[in-house]
Amino acid sequence: MSNENGMPKKNVLSAQIDLKKFDFATEEEKKQQDVMSESTTFFKDSMRRLRKNPLAMGSIVVLAVILLVIIFAPKIVPYGYSEIITVDGVRDKTAKNLAPFTYSKMEQQYMDKGGKVFPHIFGTDEQCRDYFIRVVYGTRVSLSVGLFASIIVLIIGVIYGSISGYAGGKVDLIMMRIVDIIYSLPDLLMVILLSVVLGETLGTAIKGTVFAKLGSNMLSLFIVFGLLYWVGMARLVRGQILTIKQNDYVLASKAIGTPAHRIIRTHILPNCLSVIIISVALQIPSAIFTESYLSFLGLGVQAPMPSLGSLANAARDGLTSYPYKLIFPAVTIVLIVLAFNLLGDGLRDALDPKLKK
Amino acid sequence: MSSNDKNECLVEVKDLKQYFPIKTGFGKTVPLKAVDGVSFSIKPGETLGLVGESGCGKTTVGRSLLQLYKPTGGEVYFKGEKVTDQNIKALRKEMQMVFQDPYSSLNPRMTVEDIIGEPLDVHKLYSTKAERREKILELMELVGLNAEHATRYAHEFSGGQRQRIGIARALAVNPSFIVCDEPVSALDVSIQAQVINMFEDLQEKLGVAYLFIAHDLLVVRHISDRIAVMYLGKIVEIADADELNENPMHPYTESLLSAIPMPDPNLAKTRKRIILEGDVPSPMNLPSGCAFRTRCRYATEQCAKECPSLTDRGNGHFVSCFNK
Repeated sequence: MSNENGMPKKNVLSAQIDLKKFDFATEEEKKQQDVMSESTTFFKDSMRRLRKNPLAMGSIVVLAVILLVIIFAPKIVPYGYSEIITVDGVRDKTAKNLAPFTYSKMEQQYMDKGGKVFPHIFGTDEQCRDYFIRVVYGTRVSLSVGLFASIIVLIIGVIYGSISGYAGGKVDLIMMRIVDIIYSLPDLLMVILLSVVLGETLGTAIKGTVFAKLGSNMLSLFIVFGLLYWVGMARLVRGQILTIKQNDYVLASKAIGTPAHRIIRTHILPNCLSVIIISVALQIPSAIFTESYLSFLGLGVQAPMPSLGSLANAARDGLTSYPYKLIFPAVTIVLIVLAFNLLGDGLRDALDPKLKK
Repeated sequence: MSSNDKNECLVEVKDLKQYFPIKTGFGKTVPLKAVDGVSFSIKPGETLGLVGESGCGKTTVGRSLLQLYKPTGGEVYFKGEKVTDQNIKALRKEMQMVFQDPYSSLNPRMTVEDIIGEPLDVHKLYSTKAERREKILELMELVGLNAEHATRYAHEFSGGQRQRIGIARALAVNPSFIVCDEPVSALDVSIQAQVINMFEDLQEKLGVAYLFIAHDLLVVRHISDRIAVMYLGKIVEIADADELNENPMHPYTESLLSAIPMPDPNLAKTRKRIILEGDVPSPMNLPSGCAFRTRCRYATEQCAKECPSLTDRGNGHFVSCFNK
């Protein structure tokens, strides 16, 4: 009693499966059964999600381009940021306030004779200096201010926050009240006061070093970041640690006898790393902003070293005649700040495991 | 208990108290008596089951015993030596813990190798990297994990496998005593059986003693040599596992045992279930005298005035009740 498949005849009421409805698995399908999903780390997984975010990837590209320009442009462009343009060894007084990609009379004559002049990509300023190289150096200063300030904030904030959060109790209470006090200090006032006070003492101390180029104003800005701006990071890290330390794996680690600094390092900090990374990514534009408006107010870098803020400030004078002198530094600030903000947003989405699909 | 007995004990807990301060208003705190004068002892290679309903302080007993909380009062002796802040570091190698929730007790950012290797790192139990790896693989084999699992992360495992990782971590320092804090209550029933059998096998192989905390009486009866029953931070009855099951004396134990589901429907029909009335009183506001008197069928005036202490009813059976 069997049909063409070699199967016994099917009873009307039985749940016997009809083999004709099935295919043999192909080799590929068989392989799919063998291979388990690849072992991924948390970060590999996050980066995969980040790559799917077009805004964040666009920001990375923009930042990479800006970084390449500020690294290589001074090597290609033959002008210095404080160099007054000379033609054939003679000072060119006609090269004042040139529009982008134009040449002065002297340069024109020199080129007619067969000489070569590198184009002024962004034109020149009122002191006959190449504007492009000034914007490039301004970006260098602004970006490094952003990075260094964020690193200072990161180090102080993470150490302070993790001690406060892990210790808890009275230690936490006292440490957080100190944070509250610092939080209530007006930062702009502190910068102005410090740059006045430190200008004198630092001025002599840093003479002849790399810092002298940046000026004492810039150093007092770093000091203010070190003194004031870490409180936000400290609060954030403390809050994270308060929740993470409730986990059983921290208790398990205590039961093993792991010392506190090792528990913080191996168990707690890696688990709030995503929050820290995002916060740093968002801290950089805010530091650049602070530097820009301080430079705009004349409290920034020492002349002739440019920064994006001081360039914008200088451009105010001839705003109606030469608007491009404001546009170039302003657009650069906007690009950097926007890129970091979008990247920070993208990182938050990528590192948040709740959004994981 | 004679002094001779004392030397045999691996762990001895005397009048352990753990109060947590609870803020009730501005500047006012009321102690929450999570554990209120608990005493018991465990012999080498023995399993003491600790049962009781949620919130009665079982977990706190385990954690205070290991000094994860600083006990408010009482003493813990390990091999006759008093456990203090000074010697606890060395004793961490002797006393370990397995946690209830296998999902939160493993760090999601660490590989299995690092999780099991952490106690080895902390106590410096190896001299070369190769030795560390060898020890880790040995431990993994002991708890039934494959060597290829070593490089994976905790989230890639099932609940049962995760609990095995947790057990391997506890065994890494070669302890003689493990507090098992409801190690199977977060697992499926089929996996529960596997893990419990593994606990028994490990005890046979390594001779470890367990304090097995659970709220599942069937599980505790299966694994324990002796069982202690807790109610509101106090031990109300402690006896050999079989003795306790056949002859429960405290009214609370009676009602707990009557609540065990029976596989035989005929037996289940004829059995009388003792249902307790009312709710568990708040541990911040305990009733006077015996803590159980508000729900007890046998409560008398004496119960409200005095607090009964554990008294020997013969055969190692201790009960704290005036009326039974």
